[in-house]
Amino acid sequence: MSADAVNTGSRTTRLLGAAVLIGVLALILLGFFGAPEDDEQRDAVRMIFVHLPSAFGIYAAMATTAVGSVMWLWKRSRWWDIVAHSSAEIGVIFCGLTLFTGSVWGRPTWNTYWDWGDVRLVTTLILFLMLVGYLALRSAGGDENAMATRAAVVGLLAAVNVPIINRSVEWWSNRTLHQKSSLTDGNLEDLTLFTLFVGIVVWALFFVWAMIHRFRIGWLEHQLRDIDLETALIQRRAEAATESSGEESR
Amino acid sequence: MFADIWLVTNKDLRIEWRSRVTLSQVAPFALTVLVLFGFALDANPEVLTAATSGLFWLTVLFVAVVAVQRSTAIETADGARRALLLAGIEPSSVFVGKALAIAVQILGVEVLMVGGVLLFYDATVESLPLLLATCAVATLAIAASGTLLGALVAGVRARETVLPILLLPLLAPVLIAASRAFDDALGVLAVDGWAWLGLLAGFGIVNALLGMLAYGPLLEET
Repeated sequence: MSADAVNTGSRTTRLLGAAVLIGVLALILLGFFGAPEDDEQRDAVRMIFVHLPSAFGIYAAMATTAVGSVMWLWKRSRWWDIVAHSSAEIGVIFCGLTLFTGSVWGRPTWNTYWDWGDVRLVTTLILFLMLVGYLALRSAGGDENAMATRAAVVGLLAAVNVPIINRSVEWWSNRTLHQKSSLTDGNLEDLTLFTLFVGIVVWALFFVWAMIHRFRIGWLEHQLRDIDLETALIQRRAEAATESSGEESR
Repeated sequence: MFADIWLVTNKDLRIEWRSRVTLSQVAPFALTVLVLFGFALDANPEVLTAATSGLFWLTVLFVAVVAVQRSTAIETADGARRALLLAGIEPSSVFVGKALAIAVQILGVEVLMVGGVLLFYDATVESLPLLLATCAVATLAIAASGTLLGALVAGVRARETVLPILLLPLLAPVLIAASRAFDDALGVLAVDGWAWLGLLAGFGIVNALLGMLAYGPLLEET
C-alpha cells in the first residue's frame, strides 16, 4: 500500500468499533447465559435480542435516508445525498438480518419459516425489495446530480413504507402472527428487557460506525469523480494546445 | 390546468392510436400470459379458480411495465422531453395527463382480460360494481406510480431493467389489495372487498401526490 493511501478509519471510528465488539461480546453473554428462557417459547425467545434491534435499525436507516433525500431535493446538498445513499445500504443489511432472524425464530414458535398472510413480514419484504431497487438504480451510473434526484424520490417512496410496517400489526391485528409491541406491554422479565436494550444500543453504535465509514467512502468516490473530470479537462486542453502549436509550426 | 392535462393525454393517446402498439402488441401479450398461467395450472382447476384474482392482477402489472416503458420511450425519443418542458405546461399537469393516458390503455387491456378469465378460468362475477371500481381505482394507482417511475428512469442507461426492479415492488400493495377486492367481486373468498378498495385508493392518492410534486424536478434534471 502506498504511503498516502486514504483510510476511512479515524480515532472516533476505532473507538466506536471497539465499543461494538465489546458490546456484541456482552450481548452474547447476556443473551445466552444471563436472560432467562421464556415460559412458552423456551430458548427461541433469545432471538429477540438480534431481531428487534435489527428492526429498529431499519427504522433508523430509513429515517436517515428520508431526511437525506429531502435535503438533497431541497438544498442540493451533496453531503446529504451521500448520507441518504450510505444509510440505505446499511438499511438493506438490517432489513435482510430482520427477515432472516425472524424466519429462524418463526420456525420453532409459529411452526413455519414464512407466512404470506402476515402483514408485517410481507411489508418488510416489500421494503427490502424496494431498497434493492434503490441500490440498483444508484449503481446504474450517469450524471451525478440527476442520479441523486432520482434516488431521492425512490428513497422517499421506500420510506413511506416504514410507518405502514410499524403500524401494520395494529391495523391488521387479525392478519399477523407477530405479537403486538412487546416493549411497552410490560410482560418482559427485567433481565430480558435489559439485554434487549443492550442489543439496541450495540446495534445503534454499529449503525453509526458503519455510517461514518460508508459516508467517507461515498465522499472519496465523489472527490475521485471530480479529480477524473479535472484530469480529463487538463488532458483535452493540453491536446488542443499541441494541435494548435503544430498547426502554427506548419 | 384541465385543458393542459387533456392536451397531454390526448397527445399520448393519439400517438398510441396511430402506432397501435397497445392494440397489436400489449393486448396479445396480456392474453398470452393469461393463457400460459392456464397451461401451468390446468392440472388442478380448483387452484386456477382460487388463483384467478392474483393471476389477473399480476398480468396487469406486467402490462403496466410494458405500457410505462412505451410511454417513457415516446418522451425520450427525438428530445420530446425538452419540447414538453419548453411548451410551458405545468409539470404536474404533464404528470396527470400522461398517467391518464397510461390508465386508459391499461383499462382497455383489462376489459379484454376480464373476458379472458371469464372464458378460460371459468370465473363468475358476483359483484359487478366492486369489480369495476377495483379496476378503475387500481389502474389509476398503477398509472400514477408508473408515470412517476417512468420519468425517473428516463435518463438511466439500463432503464429497461431498472424500471421493473423499482416498479414491481412499489406496486406490490396494489397487487395484494386489488387481488383481495377481486376475490370478493368474483366470489372466490369471503373478504371485505370494499375495505381493500379503500386501501387501494389511499395508496393511489399518496403516489399521485408524490408524483405531482416530484415530476417537475425529475423532468428538468434527468
